[in-house]
Amino acid sequence: MATKASRSAARLMMAPAVVLLLGWMLVPLTMTLWFSFRNYLPLRGGDQGFAGFDNYVRFVTSSAFWPAVLATLFIVVGVLIITVVLGVLLALLLDQPMWGQGIVRILVIAPFFVMPTVSGLVWKNMFLDSVNGLFAHIWRFFGAQPVEWMIHQPFASIILIVSWQWLPFATLILLTAIQSLDSEQLEAAEMDGAPALKRFWFIIIPHLSRAITVVLLIQTIFLLSIFAEIFVTTAGAFGSKTLTYLIFQRVLESQNVGLGSAGGVYAIILANIVAIFLMRIVGKNLDA
Amino acid sequence: MGRITLSNVTKSFGDVEVIPPLDLTIEDGEFAVFVGPSGCGKSTLLRLIAGLEDVSSGEIQIDGQDATDVPPAKRGLAMVFQSYALYPHMTVRKNIAFPLRMAKLDKAEQDRRVNQAAEVLNLTDYLERRPGQLSGGQRQRVAIGRAIVREPAAFLFDEPLSNLDAALRVGMRLEISELHKRLNTTMIYVTHDQVEAMTMADKIVVLRAGHIEQVGSPLELYRAPRNLFVAGFIGSPKMNLIDGPEAKKHDAHTIGIRPEHIAISAEKGDWSGVVGVSEHLGSDTFFHVHKTGLADTITVRADGEVSLRHGDKVYLSPRLDMIHRFGADGLRLS
Ligand SMILES: Nc1ncnc2c1ncn2[C@@H]1O[C@H](COP(=O)(O)OP(=O)(O)OP(=O)(O)O)[C@@H](O)[C@H]1O
Ligand SMILES: [Mg+2]
Repeated sequence: MATKASRSAARLMMAPAVVLLLGWMLVPLTMTLWFSFRNYLPLRGGDQGFAGFDNYVRFVTSSAFWPAVLATLFIVVGVLIITVVLGVLLALLLDQPMWGQGIVRILVIAPFFVMPTVSGLVWKNMFLDSVNGLFAHIWRFFGAQPVEWMIHQPFASIILIVSWQWLPFATLILLTAIQSLDSEQLEAAEMDGAPALKRFWFIIIPHLSRAITVVLLIQTIFLLSIFAEIFVTTAGAFGSKTLTYLIFQRVLESQNVGLGSAGGVYAIILANIVAIFLMRIVGKNLDA
Repeated sequence: MGRITLSNVTKSFGDVEVIPPLDLTIEDGEFAVFVGPSGCGKSTLLRLIAGLEDVSSGEIQIDGQDATDVPPAKRGLAMVFQSYALYPHMTVRKNIAFPLRMAKLDKAEQDRRVNQAAEVLNLTDYLERRPGQLSGGQRQRVAIGRAIVREPAAFLFDEPLSNLDAALRVGMRLEISELHKRLNTTMIYVTHDQVEAMTMADKIVVLRAGHIEQVGSPLELYRAPRNLFVAGFIGSPKMNLIDGPEAKKHDAHTIGIRPEHIAISAEKGDWSGVVGVSEHLGSDTFFHVHKTGLADTITVRADGEVSLRHGDKVYLSPRLDMIHRFGADGLRLS
């Protein structure tokens, strides 16, 4: 913007948005930080003054902390691997000209529009239930003992449900990336003697690398905070408690806001570590 | 070696027949150029030869072997695409080495061939760059490099120079001709450009709507176009075509006379007219002469020093031995 007047006008116009955004992010963050240093037990005497670093120490030394961190990472990594691998394959498939393409594409995207609570319940009761679930019937059909998914395979169940929800997102982004690949490049590779698998590996995957990076980063941000899928399925039992879920329990079930807030701060730190780590590995794909 | 024979080849996309039955032979070591108006099927024909499209019927032979159902990689042909189709995430070295890597040549041999190609094409300084960091001409050379390292039986070029500026185009044209002379490999070259076709080709194939209108050396086509379409297509500016009484005088339905075979004079001549636009190229001047009573415009080439102005009355004299005669069916009368 060229003139001084237009520049200050622009600032004025942008101010409301900036203030709103700042407030939106800063207020909860400062409140979390504030409460994390307080001894705040809403049903047991309320705010009882400063606690120093007590909350932080108690949160990490609790026996549930490290398992929760590991569970979080395990679920995030599992879902990322499944969604990216299947997403690439599905995108390749959907890119092929076929009959009913429009409808198929909409169907593939559909799971993304189902609310997490709903999909969690549907999966739990209709597919994974050990008596009446679809999977139990399949298992029995082959003469096998139905699996108690929630009890024996809590991670597999949660990863399955969350992957089902996020696969459309990955597929959609990867599909648009595949569509932007110049078909002459593939033809050139074909003439250069590369069979289909090598074309996939040497041409398509490098072309997709940037889109894959985007999928990984965005999904990580959202997956670190999954909650509803756990709440309605295992409710954090059988070792499937993630950091988010642990914080929820500390605040609501134990009625300890200070301890939960300290957990929240740890969650922020964990998210940033994961993000930096991811950026390091895949970030070079984003420069070019 | 690369003798390519097409017999009775057709190609349809759905109901649309793009290539009606077509026969064509390209001899080993020949530089064949496909020309024709946009959409006439030049690229399709090239892609059929490459194997990137399947023929609807007919047979393609390469060196006497039936190659109709052979996959592209096994035909031993290399193609240079209009968009170059370089692999953007690989360095120039890796791009050029890609076909060798796919053929599982050992590393030393790969390096030797890549370096050799880079030398021939003046790419040695750019081997570690990515395609995105190269100019159009350099990218073009990388694409050619990727084609020559495989030592193919024939090269296929689809309008390889159309994205380059005029000066670069002249340079690359010479380089490709030079390459052809040196390698002596069959080349098939698709172009829109008259000058490219005339200067590079051993054999020009003129296509219209998938039909071959004429096949011959550039000078054959220039001197004896088989029909009105070829007459109008080959030569720049276009041949003047004249119908009516003037043509009757020569026992023809239509006569054609090239701009360079008409003398222009301010004093006397066979035909008269009024000068319209004149295009000064320095060495030559093209006058567009109107109101001759023969055709809308007669184009005449004159020496660059001839000075006539818009609106001047002029006289034109065709060289009688250079008049082309065509019958009512559009075919040449000999
Ligand atoms: N995949 C396709 N499906 C349907 N029609 C096609 C397909 N490819 C080409 N055509 C048609 O075939 C005809 C010939 O196309 P082609 O690309 O060979 O023309 P061209 O001579 O190379 O033209 P240009 O000089 O503009 O590149 C065109 O009418 C085009 O519309
Ligand atoms: Mg074309």
